[in-house]
Amino acid sequence: MERILVGLKRVVDANVRVRVRADGSGVETDGLKMSINPFDEIALEEALRIRERGEAQEVVVVSIGGSECQQQLRTGLAMGADRAIHVDADPELDQLTIARILLALAEKENPGIVLLGKQAIDNDNNQTGQMLAALWGRPQATFASKIVLDGDTNATVTREVDAGLETVEVDLPAVITTDLRLNEPRYVKLPDIMKAKKKPLLTVAFADLGVERAPALEPVAFEPPPQRQKGVLVEDVAGLVEALKARGLLR
Amino acid sequence: MNRVLVIAEHDGAALNPSTAKCVACAAALPDPEIHVAVFADNGEAVAAEAARLQGVARVLEVDHPANAHPLAAVLAPQIAALADGYTHVLGPSTTFGKDVMPRVAALLGVNQVSDVMSVEGSHRFKRPIYAGNAIVTVEAPAGSVVVATVRTASWQAAETGQDAPVESKPVEVPLPEHTRFVEVSAAKTDRPDLQTARIVVSGGRALGSAENFDLIYRLADKLGAAVGASRAAVDAGYVPNDMQVGQTGKIIAPDLYIAVGISGAIQHLTGIKDAGTIVAINKDAEAPIFEVADIGLVGDLFTVVPELEKALS
Ligand SMILES: Cc1cc2nc3c(=O)[nH]c(=O)nc-3n(C[C@H](O)[C@H](O)[C@H](O)COP(=O)(O)OP(=O)(O)OC[C@H]3O[C@@H](n4cnc5c(N)ncnc54)[C@H](O)[C@@H]3O)c2cc1C
Ligand SMILES: Nc1ncnc2c1ncn2[C@@H]1O[C@H](COP(=O)(O)O)[C@@H](O)[C@H]1O
Repeated sequence: MERILVGLKRVVDANVRVRVRADGSGVETDGLKMSINPFDEIALEEALRIRERGEAQEVVVVSIGGSECQQQLRTGLAMGADRAIHVDADPELDQLTIARILLALAEKENPGIVLLGKQAIDNDNNQTGQMLAALWGRPQATFASKIVLDGDTNATVTREVDAGLETVEVDLPAVITTDLRLNEPRYVKLPDIMKAKKKPLLTVAFADLGVERAPALEPVAFEPPPQRQKGVLVEDVAGLVEALKARGLLR
Repeated sequence: MNRVLVIAEHDGAALNPSTAKCVACAAALPDPEIHVAVFADNGEAVAAEAARLQGVARVLEVDHPANAHPLAAVLAPQIAALADGYTHVLGPSTTFGKDVMPRVAALLGVNQVSDVMSVEGSHRFKRPIYAGNAIVTVEAPAGSVVVATVRTASWQAAETGQDAPVESKPVEVPLPEHTRFVEVSAAKTDRPDLQTARIVVSGGRALGSAENFDLIYRLADKLGAAVGASRAAVDAGYVPNDMQVGQTGKIIAPDLYIAVGISGAIQHLTGIKDAGTIVAINKDAEAPIFEVADIGLVGDLFTVVPELEKALS
């Protein structure tokens, strides 16, 4: 196939613990380490492997948000993507509008696969890929742990589902979303970061895409989750058994 | 009145317990009339089961050979067509619901409310974000249909004990053929289901191998428990993926959760927040799991677990 389109969302790094602002107006993200959404890194890695096997010619990374997300696109280019598209838009855009933007790009770029993460670890929505597939009228294979391409016409995808592993066959083009076990992303090497500076990064304004903004869900309040209290430490197994009995959990 | 359509999850033979949780969530909406839709090739048995759930006014049985296996691309256009006249369409936050419901939402032109923890009004819901580090209350646009997935661990299953009418409901929409089911490989187990078990024993990276994980299985069997795992244990190949508990695995709420050799990363903890009692067995007294454990035991699992198994005999 000619190309694979990969979505990269800029999110607070998975190792950072975020806090709700004291006034409940939102989640404090100022000054926190930002990264490519881990599932998107897996999506990019998979696209690169497909290209390296000679099954795709080009890998294009896309990020939608403020100019800051060019950092994540540069990292994507350093990992090995060929070019990047930054859609300059409100970083708080809703998922349906994001899906509409990705549709506009898919119609322009004609990718054989759009590879996205199964979920962005900030809003934990898990919906953009499925929405894009619906709007595009194309197959979706979500939560992928294995992708096997059969030429440019179809793909066999193994999916991580609650019951175990499910295999589906989809015609291409299709939307595939990644799960954790699909691959282990490569590390970026210093020379690649230098090389990435010369790779093309195109910025498009949201307003120029002709995409209508969808009605969003309005966040009205944020609160910290109820905290669990630290419990007791027991000395040994006998103490554990006793504590469980005291709570009525063992007879 | 809110007219609520709940999309049943099932395996062709039996209703998945997640559906009773969705019905409970639907019942929390103001003045609800709850219908359950069963998409299957022959959904008679499943529909009869759904009809027994308290609060359900009617079951719609949508039989079609293409519905033999749940494929989002095939189900979504049917659900979207059936959704006409409903104020809410709910599915579970299981891999089934997470796959199909956003596709329905897009066809209906709305954003999905993912992982509903509580209902605050007909269009107002609480949901977790940032691996459960924050809870946001969201308001869906007034007057538009609400498409949502229900965080099953937050809800008590609706009780059974009634018999609502079941109606055969053909849905005439063109179905795509671009997506084909090949197979599902499910590990056969006699143990309780991880998502509904009263007791769960989970093992982490510390187990070190698939063979050593036997310790966890033996303890679980003594307790009549289901078995779970951390991502690290799944990634290392000690156990299959369907055992992963956490932000990106299964979110569970057993009465008793025993974490063995699990450090307690935020992504893991988010999957067990709603557990009744958390027990941690870990050799590192500083492990974050002890911050949330109700009962902690600092020790080497390779001595503690066999001892515990013996104590339970
Ligand atoms: C995007 C993303 C999503 C994720 N989703 C999930 C998820 O859904 N679920 C999940 O679990 N993780 C998830 N993770 C991974 C998570 O961050 C942790 O890496 C993982 O949970 C660690 O697993 P563990 O506790 O088994 O291993 P470790 O963190 O390595 O902990 C092992 C523990 O075992 C203890 N130990 C070692 N030897 C012994 C012994 N002999 N006896 C007793 N104790 C011993 C150690 O003290 C340590 O605390 C996710 C990560 C990311 C980035
Ligand atoms: N702003 C964005 N820019 C690029 N890709 C995105 C963006 N938002 C979501 N995605 C993609 O959609 C996936 C699922 O996101 P979500 O539905 O928000 O959980 C992510 O893993 C990304 O691949």
